[in-house]
Amino acid sequence: MQDIVKTFPGVRANDHVTFEVRAGEVHALLGENGAGKTTLMNTLYGLYQPDSGAIYLGGKRVRIRSPRDAIAHGIGMVHQHFKLVYPHTVAENVALGLSGAPFIGPARVVERRLRELAARYNLPVDPKAKVWQLSAGEQQRVEILKALYRGADILILDEPTSVLTPQETQELFKVLERMKEEGHAVIFISHKLDEVMEVADRVTVMRRGKVVGTKAISEVDKPTLARMMVGREVVFRLSKGVCQPGEEALIVEDLHASSDRGLPALRGVSFHVCRGEILGIAGVAGNGQRELVEVLTGLRRPRRGRVVILGRELTGQSPRKIADCGVAHIPEERIRMGIVAGMSVEDNLILKKHHRQPFSRGPLLNLREIRRFAKQSIEEYEIMTPSPKTPAKLLSGGNIQKLILARELSGQPGLVIAAHPTYGLDVGATELIRKLLLRQREAGVGVLLVSEDLEEIMALSDRIAVMFRGEIMGIVPAAEASLEELGLMMAGERRAKEAA
Amino acid sequence: MDWESWVVSTLNRALAYGTPLLWGTLGEIYAERAGVVNLGVEGMMILGAFSAFAVAQSVGDPWLGLLAAAVVGAGAALIHALFTVTLRANQYVSGLALTIFGLGFSGLLGARWVGIPLANPLPKLTVPGLSQLPVLGPALFQNQSYLTYIGLFLAVVLWLVLYKTRWGIVIRSVGESPATADALGVNVFLVRYLCLAFGGAMAGVAGGFLSVEYRPAWTEGMTAGTGWIVIALTIFAAWNPLRAVWGVLLFSGLYHLAYRLQAWFPPEFLKLMPYAFAILVLAIAGLRGARQLAPGALGIPYTRGEK
Ligand SMILES: Nc1ncnc2c1ncn2[C@@H]1O[C@H](COP(=O)(O)OP(=O)(O)O)[C@@H](O)[C@H]1O
Ligand SMILES: [Mg+2]
Repeated sequence: MQDIVKTFPGVRANDHVTFEVRAGEVHALLGENGAGKTTLMNTLYGLYQPDSGAIYLGGKRVRIRSPRDAIAHGIGMVHQHFKLVYPHTVAENVALGLSGAPFIGPARVVERRLRELAARYNLPVDPKAKVWQLSAGEQQRVEILKALYRGADILILDEPTSVLTPQETQELFKVLERMKEEGHAVIFISHKLDEVMEVADRVTVMRRGKVVGTKAISEVDKPTLARMMVGREVVFRLSKGVCQPGEEALIVEDLHASSDRGLPALRGVSFHVCRGEILGIAGVAGNGQRELVEVLTGLRRPRRGRVVILGRELTGQSPRKIADCGVAHIPEERIRMGIVAGMSVEDNLILKKHHRQPFSRGPLLNLREIRRFAKQSIEEYEIMTPSPKTPAKLLSGGNIQKLILARELSGQPGLVIAAHPTYGLDVGATELIRKLLLRQREAGVGVLLVSEDLEEIMALSDRIAVMFRGEIMGIVPAAEASLEELGLMMAGERRAKEAA
Repeated sequence: MDWESWVVSTLNRALAYGTPLLWGTLGEIYAERAGVVNLGVEGMMILGAFSAFAVAQSVGDPWLGLLAAAVVGAGAALIHALFTVTLRANQYVSGLALTIFGLGFSGLLGARWVGIPLANPLPKLTVPGLSQLPVLGPALFQNQSYLTYIGLFLAVVLWLVLYKTRWGIVIRSVGESPATADALGVNVFLVRYLCLAFGGAMAGVAGGFLSVEYRPAWTEGMTAGTGWIVIALTIFAAWNPLRAVWGVLLFSGLYHLAYRLQAWFPPEFLKLMPYAFAILVLAIAGLRGARQLAPGALGIPYTRGEK
C-alpha cells in the first residue's frame, strides 16, 4: 500500500501511509487507539476508498472497490467487532455470499470442507452450532475460517486478542504460526507491546495517521516501540499507596438479572467493595459485566438479590435515587450514556445536579454559578475544549471522559462505578484517568472497576473478581493474582478456595 | 343449517378470503427478512386491485390483469426502496405514505370504473377427482381459485428458498446483519431492492385477486384493511413462510365465522376486526418478545459507516 490518504470529516485518519507485508510473515501494525490502523485495513479490504494512494498486490497495481474485490484478490479480514450473523449456524455464516457454494443446501457442503480446514489449522469449531452460543474465542475462529475458506492469502486481524483470555491468545498465536508456515501473510493489529514482541516478525508503528517506521522485531525492544507509538517516554508504573479498606461501600448479595434478550445474565453474584479500595471486575466481554453495572446504577431491574450501597438498601431503586445517595457512574458507552452529545460542556457538567443548590434557584438556573463551576472543572480535570459553550460531542474521546469524571466525582461520591474507563483513550488520558481513580481510593471512596484490560485491572485493583457467564468465578487479592490464574477463571474455571 | 355444511363452507370461504392474505404475507415476509418494513402493503394492494381490474376489463384477460398488478405493485415497492434503502428515510413513514398514496391515487384513477362488474373474471377451479371426496372435497377442492393453490405452493417454495439455499442465507443475513453480508461482498442494497420488489409484486397480485376474482369489480378502498392484516400476519408467522399458511388459515377462518354470525354481531364488528387483529398481534408480539424472532436489522437503514 503506497501513500494512502484517507480523510474523515475533521480527521485525516491516514496521512500518506505506506505499508507492505510479505508472504509467510506476521506483520504487526502497532499504534494507539485512533492512530488509523483500522482505517488503513478497511481501505485494503475495500470497505473504504482512499482519497489518494495506490495498492499493489504481487507487484501489480490493483483497485479494490468493495470487499468482493478484496476477497477475489485473496484478502481476508477479521474485524475487531466480529461481522457474524449470530442467529445463524457456523456453516451458514461461512456459506454466506460464497460464490462456489451449490445453490441448494450450501450449508451441508460447506460443513464438510470446514471440518477439513479446521483440522488443518487447528481451529476446532462445530459447523452446526449457532454462532451466538459460541464463546468469543470460538467466534473468532469462525471469522478466521471464513477468510481461509475463501482462500485468503493475506489475513488481517484487527485487535484479535482484545476478546480473548490469555490462554486463548496463546492458542491464536499458534494458529498464526501455522498460517505462516502455509505461506499466508498475516497482518496483526494491536496496541499491546508484549503481544507484538511475541508474535510478529516485523512491525509497522503508526501514530496520528502517519507511519512512524517499520522494523524487524529483532531490531527493537519494548521501550523503543513504546516511544515510537506514543512519541515520548512512557512510564509504565503507577504509584499506589497501601490499601486501607474501611467499612463496606457496596454489598451485593445473590444478584440475579436477565439480559436484553431475556436470558439469565447474572446468576447469583455476591461481593462487596470497601471504602478506600478498588475492586476490579475482570472477564471476557459479555459475561454479565454490563448487566451488573446496570443493576447497580438502577438502569436494570434485578430479578433477585440485594444491593446495599453506603449502608442503604437500594435494590431496584431509580438511577436518580442511587446517584443522590453518592454513587458516581462512569458508563461504558461514554457518548451514548455519559453525555448529552448536542449540549454544551457546561450543561453536561451539571446534568446530575442542575435541580439542586447552588445551580438552581426555584425554577430558574443560576447561570453565574454554573459558569464558575464549569471553569473550575475544566481547569482541574484538564478538559481541552475551545469554550465551556462548545457542544460536548466535538471533544475527543479522552476529553469527553474527563468531562464525565469531572461531573461524577464533583459531588464527593462514596462509591464510584467505572466501566471500561480508559477504553479507546490515548496514553495521556489513560494515565490521568487512572490517577483520578486512585485518588478517589486514597480519599476513602469505594471503587468498582469493570474492565477487559487485564493490565489495567492488575495495576489498579486491590482485589480482583472474575466474571464468567454471569457468575463470579473467584475473588483474588491483586498482589497474589497471576495472569494464568485469572485467565483460567475467565475461561470458566472456578477458583478452588473462595477466599477474600 | 347442519353442522357439516357449516364446516365445509367455512373452510371453503376461509381459503378464498385467505388467498390475498397469504400472497401479501409471503411477500412482506421476504421484504422484512431482508430488513425492510413496508407498511405500504395496503397501498400496493389497492394499486394492484385497480390495475388488475382496469387491464382485465380493457384487454379482456384476467391473467394479464394480474400480471399488471404484479408489475404495478413491484413498481410501488421500488419507490419505497428508493426512499428507505438508498435515501435511508424512515421506513415506517415512507410505508405509510405509500399506503395513503395508493388509496388516494387508485380512487382518483378508478372513479369512472366504479360499479361496473368485470366482464370476464378469473375462472374457478374444481380439482377433478379430489373434489369428490366427502367433506374435504367441497371444503378444499371445489370452486377454488388457481391463486389459492399457487399461493400454497409458493409458501413451500419460498420456505425452501429461505432456509435451504444460498439465496436464503444471503437474504436472511442481509436482514439480520447487513454489515456482515457487506463485508463478505454481498450487495446489501441490491438484495433489499429485489426483496422489496418481490414483496410488492406479491402484494399487487393479492390486490388483483380481490378485483378480478373475489369480487370482480372495482370499488374504491376495496382492500378494506387487508394490507394491515398482512403486516400483523407477518409478525404472527414469525417471518416464516410455512407458519404464514397456518396464520392465514386461522385468521380467515375466524373472519369467516364472524361473517356468518353477523346476525348476532353488529356489522361494524366485522369491519373493525382486521384492525383489532393487527393491534392484538402487535401487543402480544411486544409482550412475548417477538424482537427475538424478528430479523436483527429490521427497520434500520444500512450505511457502511463511511461518511
Ligand atoms: N467512519 C468514520 N467516520 C469518521 N471518523 C472516523 C471513522 N472511522 C475512524 N475515524 C477516525 O479516524 C481516526 C482513526 O481511527 P481508526 O482507524 O479506527 O484508529 P485505530 O484502529 O488505530 O484505533 C480516529 O480519529 C477516528 O475517530
Ligand atoms: Mg481500530
